[in-house]
Amino acid sequence: MSPHVLAAGEGFVPPSVGDFWQPLIGDGALAVTRSMFLIVISVVLIYGFLALVTKNMSVVPGKLQYAGEGVYGFVRNSIAIDVLGKKEFLPFLPLLLTQFTLILLNNWFGVIPFIQFPTFSRIGFAIAVTLITYVVYHAVGIRRKGVAGYFKGLMPPGIPGWIAPFVYLLELMTFFITRPLTLGMRLFANMFAGHMLLLVFILGGEYMLLHGSNLFIQASSVGAFAMGLVMTFFEILVQFLQAYVFVLLTALYIAGSLADEH
Amino acid sequence: MEGNLNVIGYGLAAIGPAIAVGLIFAAYINGTARQPESRGMLQPIAILGFALAEALALFGLVLAFIL
Repeated sequence: MSPHVLAAGEGFVPPSVGDFWQPLIGDGALAVTRSMFLIVISVVLIYGFLALVTKNMSVVPGKLQYAGEGVYGFVRNSIAIDVLGKKEFLPFLPLLLTQFTLILLNNWFGVIPFIQFPTFSRIGFAIAVTLITYVVYHAVGIRRKGVAGYFKGLMPPGIPGWIAPFVYLLELMTFFITRPLTLGMRLFANMFAGHMLLLVFILGGEYMLLHGSNLFIQASSVGAFAMGLVMTFFEILVQFLQAYVFVLLTALYIAGSLADEH
Repeated sequence: MEGNLNVIGYGLAAIGPAIAVGLIFAAYINGTARQPESRGMLQPIAILGFALAEALALFGLVLAFIL
């Protein structure tokens, strides 16, 4: 399982990047890793939940329908309508809802017992979700304004003459390089750092408890486990926030591409 | 003295985002104190600003591990 649990009497091995590589079937480039299983399971779970919610819908909702409507209403009202406006949000709502539920469930896998591995702490998955956003917000802008109009629209208005090329270069860099990089990195880094933090506290506490050299160290492992518990609750909040911010930024970028002025 | 220079770099890099997050939430608290009804309208903006500033601190942490 984990090399930390097996190394007794060799000193504490702190968690590292290698702890995130967890192949379950095979090894090397074609391995099937734990995160691959997790994302497939999450898709099945989300589909099952949403299908169950919409099966026998009534005007006065029961508890399950209320939960489903809560999730849908949150994405629709707080994110889609607020950012994209009532007239243009509808084509993009399926994308936003899908991204939100996928990222949220996979993030929460990081704290659910027996799973405890956030899928987006592997950068490939963050790249995939960011690529979809990237393609969508460029394609939407080009479809609405044409290729020339889209690139012309990247120029903010009212810039004095000599500095305009630099501003345009900066805008190009923002649109094509900075935005996708930071969007994906934000999600990946939050999940990676959160998981690493939990690993440090819990593995450290376990080492202190079982391999501590005197009773004081073994007693202080309670502190390590308490910090692990506090960090778990903090991680639940952070994971929800990261899903929310990702979808909010996607909606903002799409709204920016659709905007007439600027 | 043993250790890793990466972590010193991360420590220095975390100063900026920490101040930034403090400023963002100070503005949010100020805005809510001046007009309590605006709390719901300011909240998404505060959360968005927090995430954007926090991202830089987390880049530093991840790069400290990887590089």
